Amino acid sequence: MSPKKGKRSGSSKMKSKKSQSPTPQGKTGHPEDIFPLTLTSATQNLFGCQIDEDVTAQSPYKLLKKDDIMQDIKTRAAVSDFSPAKQIVLDYPEEEILLVFDSEFTFGQSFYLVLSPEAKNRILKLPETETPEVLENEVDTARKPKQWVSLGSEKEIEEESVKEREPLVFTFSRKRRFFGLPVSFSDNITPISQGFPSYEDNRRFIPAMLTDCGTQAVPKVQSSTAQTNWLGKRNNSTHYEPRDLSEEEKEVILQSDSMKEFLRGVTPRMLHALQQEEIFNLFTDDLKDLGADVEDDNEPDLSKGLELFKTFTDPSKGKKISSVNWHPSINGVIAVALKMQREEESDSEEDLSLTDPKFIAFYSFADLSKPQLLLECPADVVVFEFCPSNPNIIVGGCANGQVALWDISAEVTFLTQPGSEKVPANPFDLRKEQTPEVLYSAASEIESSHKAAVTDVQWLPPTFEVTRTGLPVENTSKLCVQVITCSPDCTIMFWDVRLPKQAGLSLFQRPDQNTPMTRYIVPKTFKHLDRTWKPLFKVSFQKMDGSGVYAPLKLSFEPYPGNAEAGSWSAEDFLDYSQLRIPSAKELKTLEDVNTKIFIGTEEGEVVYTDWKLEKDEFGLVHCPKPLFSFSTHDFMVYAVQRSPFFKDIVLTVGTWNFAIWKEGVMEGPLHVSKFSVENCTAGCWSLTRPAVFFIGKDDGSMEVWDLLENTNGPSQVHPGIISGTIICIKPWIVSSKQHFLAVTNDHRVVRILEISKSLRTPTSNESSRMEEHFEWETKYVKEFDRRKKVWAKEKEEQELKKETKPAKPVLTPAEQEELDKKEYGEFLKLEESILKGLGLWPKPDHSDKKN
Amino acid sequence: MKVDVEGTLKRIESYKGVIGTIVVNAEGIPIRSTLDNSTTVQYAGLLRHLAAMARSSVRDIDPQNDLTVLRIHSKKYEIMVAPENNYLLIVIQNPCE
Repeated sequence: MSPKKGKRSGSSKMKSKKSQSPTPQGKTGHPEDIFPLTLTSATQNLFGCQIDEDVTAQSPYKLLKKDDIMQDIKTRAAVSDFSPAKQIVLDYPEEEILLVFDSEFTFGQSFYLVLSPEAKNRILKLPETETPEVLENEVDTARKPKQWVSLGSEKEIEEESVKEREPLVFTFSRKRRFFGLPVSFSDNITPISQGFPSYEDNRRFIPAMLTDCGTQAVPKVQSSTAQTNWLGKRNNSTHYEPRDLSEEEKEVILQSDSMKEFLRGVTPRMLHALQQEEIFNLFTDDLKDLGADVEDDNEPDLSKGLELFKTFTDPSKGKKISSVNWHPSINGVIAVALKMQREEESDSEEDLSLTDPKFIAFYSFADLSKPQLLLECPADVVVFEFCPSNPNIIVGGCANGQVALWDISAEVTFLTQPGSEKVPANPFDLRKEQTPEVLYSAASEIESSHKAAVTDVQWLPPTFEVTRTGLPVENTSKLCVQVITCSPDCTIMFWDVRLPKQAGLSLFQRPDQNTPMTRYIVPKTFKHLDRTWKPLFKVSFQKMDGSGVYAPLKLSFEPYPGNAEAGSWSAEDFLDYSQLRIPSAKELKTLEDVNTKIFIGTEEGEVVYTDWKLEKDEFGLVHCPKPLFSFSTHDFMVYAVQRSPFFKDIVLTVGTWNFAIWKEGVMEGPLHVSKFSVENCTAGCWSLTRPAVFFIGKDDGSMEVWDLLENTNGPSQVHPGIISGTIICIKPWIVSSKQHFLAVTNDHRVVRILEISKSLRTPTSNESSRMEEHFEWETKYVKEFDRRKKVWAKEKEEQELKKETKPAKPVLTPAEQEELDKKEYGEFLKLEESILKGLGLWPKPDHSDKKN
Repeated sequence: MKVDVEGTLKRIESYKGVIGTIVVNAEGIPIRSTLDNSTTVQYAGLLRHLAAMARSSVRDIDPQNDLTVLRIHSKKYEIMVAPENNYLLIVIQNPCE
């Protein structure tokens, strides 16, 4: 509202005029004795109260004569500035009236008249105190500023200056119903959504008068293709065969002279080359031959032998481990057979532990604290084996002579995912946390089983099966269906897990209510065999010297490889065992080349090599064959009989104090017998990867590693204290090419898994062929020795014969004997004399040491 | 010197380590062989060119020189080719190991 004070030097006329421009006419409160008015410049000139000349902010007071004002009013009438104050001036009592320059416009105008004398005095009193300022003002006003002459620049300045405009007044009306309502104004902050359309630029571009243009020379020739009909012939394919000469022509050529010439020239050269090639291998790699390993040597072989990998103990008390086996297909699962620990052998069949369940426990590497699966057995299991063609079938030989079968196909998930939620199979089973138990699917008839504990059980390979007379025949089902068991009751029995044809009828008669409500779900796989399982046939072997029968403890037969296709077995081909039937013997083809001979280790330490085929003697009766040889190499029980996995005719037998290696076909004796050792050897097994290495376990818990190529006299490594107690069983297993394990159990329920170090699992170069040579030499040696023994025996006989035919020497009496002696002494003295004379030393000196 | 063709060939064929022997004429037709027909034809056809090329290389380097025996030692066995008088004798031998 108030104009800038700095522009006072400007157009005071305009300013004052502007200040006269319509201002809000609301005269709000000014004291009664003050009358504001404005004076034009003309008036100011007349009265001498020009702004900034006579009257300034510092000295705003000007006394005006009343008469002058009245004069002005009369002369100028309405135009006079004082006209509104005419009455006031007339009323004014005194002569002089005060005019104050109101620079701040306190009362709305630039001047005001003071109407009452009292106010005048009051106000005038103030300038008396401000006299020094008046003096200053006088000094200032002495110097008059120059009059500003307008040269037109004020127009430019005005144009450039920023002035406040009068407020924009918008008049609008509202809707009738909003009348009287409070008004609310707000900013509109919506963005401008209006686009900016392009428009034609009406500026003209510079037209191009010149453009650059390129030219190319193009040949007039242009290539194009067209398809034509090929009327000529074209060879698509040729069928040819090599040219050949007829037989006569060949003969002619062979006999021709040119051929002779040719051979004459070529033969010496060729023979020379052949000979060179034969004697010397030009391309031997010496480093490779030294046995540098091809595999990465980043892993240093820290341990020379066996490292402990894991160890676990079966938590059940009062039991011993009798046998251990690795699960053939599931990695890291090991099965342990437990039997009752008895302080002394009880003769009676019934013992206290009949009510306790007997188990085979499965342990998985993932959780070794407790078993993952338990197989219940009718009696203590001494040995058991997984079926090679179906690892879910397990056959076990019990301590009471029975043979039992298990089928764990339903529970195999517990082994593959150990630790998973164990859902009890039976809803009535209240024991939720227990490990799952599987009852045996079938157990053999007690009367027809062995009479003593079954000490060895083995599956026959799926390549052949055996008839009732022991003839090996072709196995059409390509599965393992037969089992051999042996027992110290002097029999070996062959069992078939399939249903015999005749028993088909009797099954239907057996009612199903006989089976009580068991806690477990029994798989029906072998239901056909349960309680009626009889062996296919039995064999027992008479001792060679006729003094009895052998009591076999362990046996080993030659695995018949059969056809290549027999080995391939897939899960889809698996037939339900209950559907299989034993075929009649006539239908099957006899396999002639199956080796039906077995090695048996007996209780008394003999190793017997015999045939199991039942023979017909001259009367047409079938009887057990005589053994081919038997040697008492071991003096006590034979603990292990095992074939080498590399050579199918080499067998290792471990007796109590020594072990022996046999070769099939060598009737003269074992290839190699070890020295007697102090501790009992209780277990033995071949290494799975090295042909020359095998492990022997001892009574004191130590293990020997034998390497036949390194040292045949003693073990190459001895690991004492592998496990406490007696080693019962050693079983090797290969998990991967870098992890080979050996499971060792003792009789105190501890199982130790040892990792076989690299040196023990990688075969040395040509180990297999060297072993073969070694065995050949041993065979030759044995044969040679045998031959020589016979020769010596013959010679001895001849000598004895000679001695008998010679006349007997006359027996001399003691006196005659003495005479004879004296005579001999005399002869000796003479001899001595003659010699010494010859040497020139006679007479002989007294010292006996000086003689020659 | 009387050369007994049969005897000589038998000697070579029964040498230690020899797997097979082939006698080939100038046109590459096998005259006599201890291997089966298809193998013989294959060997004869392939080795004929190789022997000719080897011979020409040797003679190119030194015209006075001539190829006596071409020996190809491979991983499994050794093949020896001896040219002479328009015929070719091929012997396959197992090297000593």
